[in-house]
Amino acid sequence: MATLNSNVPSGPIAQKWEQYKFNTKLINPANKRKYKIIVVGAGLAGSSAAATLAELGYEVHNFVFHDSPRRAHSVAAQGGINAAKNYQNDGDSVRRLFYDTIKGGDFRAREANVHRLAEVSVNIIDQCVAQGVPFAREYGGLLDNRSFGGAQVSRTFYARGQTGQQLLLGAYSALAKMIGAGAVKSYTHAEMLDLVVVDGHAKGIIVRNLQTGEITRHNADAVVLATGGYGNVYNLSTYARGSNATAIWRAYKRGACFGNPCYTQIHPTCIPVSGDYQSKLTLMSESLRNDGRVWVPKKKEDCKKRPQDIPEEDRDYYLERMYSAFGNLAPRDIASRAAKMVCDEGRGIGETGLGVYLDFADAIQRLGESKVRERYGNLFAMYHEITNEDAYRTPMRIYPAVHYTMGGLWVDYNLMSNLPGLFVLGEANFSDHGANRLGASALMQGLSDGYFVLPATISGYLASQNPGKRPKTDHESFKEAEENVQNITKKLLNNKGKRTPASFHKQLGKIMWEYCGMARNKAGLEKGIKEIAALREEYWKNVNVLGGAGEWNQQLENAGRIADFLELGELMCRDALHREESCGGHFREEYQYTKDDPEVQQGLVNPGDVKRRDDAFAYVAAWEYAGSVDKAPILNKEPLVYEEVHMSTRSYK
Amino acid sequence: MKVKLKVWRQKDRNSPGEFKTYESPALNENMSFLEMLDVVNEELANKGEEPIAFDHDCREGICGTCSCVINGKPHGPHRGVATCQTYMRSFKDGDTIVVEPFRAKAFPIIKDLVVDRKALDRIQFAGGFISVRTGSAPDANSIPVPKENADLAMDAAQCIQCGACVAACKNASAMLFVAAKVSHLGLLPQGQPERYKRVKAMVAQMDAEGFGACTVTGSCEAVCPKEISLDFIARMNRDYAVALLKGDPKPISGGGAG
Amino acid sequence: MSIVTGILKSSLGKKYIMAGTGALLLLFVIGHLIGNLQVFGPPELINNYAHFLQSKPVLVWSARLGLLVILVAHVTTAVQLAAMNRAARPVTYAPTENVSYGAKWASRYMLLSGLVVLAFIIYHLAHFTALVPGINGAEDFRKLRTVMHGQSVPDVYGMMIIGFQVWWVSLFYLIAQGLLFMHLQHGVSSAFQSFGFRNHVWWPRIETLTKIVTIAIFIGYALIPTAIYMRVVGADYADKVRAELKQDGTVSPAESPAAGKETH
Repeated sequence: MATLNSNVPSGPIAQKWEQYKFNTKLINPANKRKYKIIVVGAGLAGSSAAATLAELGYEVHNFVFHDSPRRAHSVAAQGGINAAKNYQNDGDSVRRLFYDTIKGGDFRAREANVHRLAEVSVNIIDQCVAQGVPFAREYGGLLDNRSFGGAQVSRTFYARGQTGQQLLLGAYSALAKMIGAGAVKSYTHAEMLDLVVVDGHAKGIIVRNLQTGEITRHNADAVVLATGGYGNVYNLSTYARGSNATAIWRAYKRGACFGNPCYTQIHPTCIPVSGDYQSKLTLMSESLRNDGRVWVPKKKEDCKKRPQDIPEEDRDYYLERMYSAFGNLAPRDIASRAAKMVCDEGRGIGETGLGVYLDFADAIQRLGESKVRERYGNLFAMYHEITNEDAYRTPMRIYPAVHYTMGGLWVDYNLMSNLPGLFVLGEANFSDHGANRLGASALMQGLSDGYFVLPATISGYLASQNPGKRPKTDHESFKEAEENVQNITKKLLNNKGKRTPASFHKQLGKIMWEYCGMARNKAGLEKGIKEIAALREEYWKNVNVLGGAGEWNQQLENAGRIADFLELGELMCRDALHREESCGGHFREEYQYTKDDPEVQQGLVNPGDVKRRDDAFAYVAAWEYAGSVDKAPILNKEPLVYEEVHMSTRSYK
Repeated sequence: MKVKLKVWRQKDRNSPGEFKTYESPALNENMSFLEMLDVVNEELANKGEEPIAFDHDCREGICGTCSCVINGKPHGPHRGVATCQTYMRSFKDGDTIVVEPFRAKAFPIIKDLVVDRKALDRIQFAGGFISVRTGSAPDANSIPVPKENADLAMDAAQCIQCGACVAACKNASAMLFVAAKVSHLGLLPQGQPERYKRVKAMVAQMDAEGFGACTVTGSCEAVCPKEISLDFIARMNRDYAVALLKGDPKPISGGGAG
Repeated sequence: MSIVTGILKSSLGKKYIMAGTGALLLLFVIGHLIGNLQVFGPPELINNYAHFLQSKPVLVWSARLGLLVILVAHVTTAVQLAAMNRAARPVTYAPTENVSYGAKWASRYMLLSGLVVLAFIIYHLAHFTALVPGINGAEDFRKLRTVMHGQSVPDVYGMMIIGFQVWWVSLFYLIAQGLLFMHLQHGVSSAFQSFGFRNHVWWPRIETLTKIVTIAIFIGYALIPTAIYMRVVGADYADKVRAELKQDGTVSPAESPAAGKETH
């Protein structure tokens, strides 16, 4: 069994982080340059961490599989970034952001981490503005805010529909500055394929150069993974096609625990699937729900009619009906599930019946088309490009899609995994969002981890390490890890089966969406686990990878990633199966409110809402690799202790 | 619908390349161009032929990875979109589509349609930033920025660093890219302290990478997925001229021991 | 980096040279046009102008030298840039119908139009300045002289009239002026761009200004050979000069028609 110690400092919640920073060991400036840190990934978390660690004086090596550190999928986040600045004077505060995030995560996040996130949020905005991030401004020249799903205050800072891009470019520019200064060594087209663990500590990585196929060993005093989420297990998602779980999965197989793998976020406003060839689902920013109204026809038989032919009284604005306080701005998990519910009732629209309308007719009437164009013009254009439909004239068709994974490698308050020396940031870790993430919080967490948290916490670990005794790359563990990587490559290339890797990915995605998607149940999950195991077996018998190892080989890259998805998918199902409750994005059909529950009768929740079981499941499930894929993983539990907020029924009515 | 693809195939950096022609299987007009390539690749792989290597990632027009030249035009027939946002409905049944990599001396071909655009990064490393250490920033609202400047800076900052401007330019000039970066930071008050140092450093690196000069043909603007304006090139030209007139900063005088 | 290396070595600097020299050449083109338009007046008007210039040799020669330096700088920089641009794009795309998206024709052929205009300038200098016989398709221009203010000077009026009555000379001038027009159409507005005088407000104005100036220049220059060839201007004068030349192979200064009050 792994030892899980959350290392949360004692004391009142608002002082924990201050106190922690005071107590933690520091490294004197002259010694910092002796420490070498590997940062894998250059999204918001990775590039901000790499840049900041280099500014502090550490020797930083940064690895990305992309051709440039600026391509990571953080770039695609549209809506915005939260911060408790209270520039709008609408009653926001660090405490409110903290509370909203805890509640939004359905009381499944670690309190102290979330409070720290809310505290640091204000510094992020300062930092980004100083870097030149062109946030939206009011005519007076000061920063503008908007409201975002799951919040009743306007605390979201944004840069048109491209906030993630602008924040990433800010972090990238900080990284560029340090690369230019020689303080960060940047490796591109460099994919991490294994973690090297020496005497229980993470001390290096094995990397494949995607251009030449060369495998290299890299040692360090600490390894930081900021490699993003694993939603591509589902094949179809809003993730970039290259997003993968290989780095965290191979770290898992080296002993790092995987926290809450079943917590996935399904985003309510994506463009519906149009056909089997589809490679990617496109998100339409949640900000659209500020002015768009979600509806389906009240009657099944109206579903095939043109939306403009359905009179007002025959439309069901179901979010407004079910969640009157939040209406169309209900949190993502709730909005997604409601969409699924109405479609399951047969009231879904579009060719597939898997879609709902997002209608701007009211907003256009209220604000005028030009105002709507100003706010959402680029999104409407994008929608038009993809669907060939004009959303100014006819409502958008949307449907939920996999968008984010709250789960990830388990980390303590230091963002260090149970493997000492292995730090995990951003979406790759499990920490701050509990069972559901609120809109505009992912960017906040990535940057908080990278700019402010890790640079302060990593010194505590490094102070315990002697940089002079860093294991050399000829150490047995490096040799073994490199061989492991070579073996996987050889196995894939020598298999010479009949099916392409992509065909397996598609099939896995269908299994995952069917059994471990928006709604899950025991029988389905058990079936899913079996089917995935069988698919994995077939994979290693029948996959066919063309080309060689010593060249640019995209099929080989993918084949390795898909092999990992085939294992991770099973773990997700196992986690979902074991968690016999519903919470946030994890909806087990067996655990939902019915009309007989007192909470429904009191009007707190609707029938069909998620029903938590705090008595039995108020813990983080941290899964530990049992040494072989065929052995059941070991479940470790970190109990969630709420000192500050009371675990209550999550009501958005 | 079905199309005929005439695709550039090149094994690696140093091998010569050539066009090869492929017949696509039946396609759906709602497919994206890259999904069409996926489908063609699956068919090739099933026949035991190596799939066509092409760069792609986010597939929503923001990461800047995709990079094809389609029928002679980077990012395909439509304005203001990247290759990944090009849909097959833009082509007709039976069309022959010529697909090539971005071509420029500064963008060596890695394989087939994949090129190395590291040169653009190196320009960024030379000066595409505001030097601000983490933690040293003042309150975000302490520096008001006129809305029109913030909006203009955002127009420039939208650049996705795809390199289509280079690919489209008959001179393989990277001016639009560099100008977007210089303008984004130069338009904001935060960017003023390094404004002239930045433009000199970035232009010097741009020249060192072997990009061509600007003939103001406007083809870069025409293919830019973010429709970044040529106005920014003028802004860069202006800043560079002022930077030259100002000259290098005076060397720090020896102040003696503190 | 000094301002000189900055201008000479960088791609942007070279564009400043192109724009700066281009602007000076444009001023010359305008001045030259105004001078030449005097051909539409009585013969002594332009001959008087020629006499004025001839009487200020220092001014004329320093202007010629200056122009030569500017022209050489303009052309060599253009050639350097062209070499640099070609090196930056060693491989071209497969030919498709799609070649010129966004880019105006004029902008794609600046070097070509410039080189043709350069060839024309050389011809023009040989034609009317060096008075090389045998390239003008007419009489030996050196024989055409007139008297202004008591001095024997070249009969510029006569040369122009006789010169442009040759069809292929006029045609060549028209073609060159067309190319110059094209070159300027792109060059003038681009010079503003190169120096950074452009934003969304001013660009349309600059483009309009460019159009007005270049069209005016084109019409002005094109009018001269056209009007002369069509015998609208100076036809009688030319016939007279030719007749005299036939008589004794030379035109005596005293008998020069230009000395009298010739009217049409």
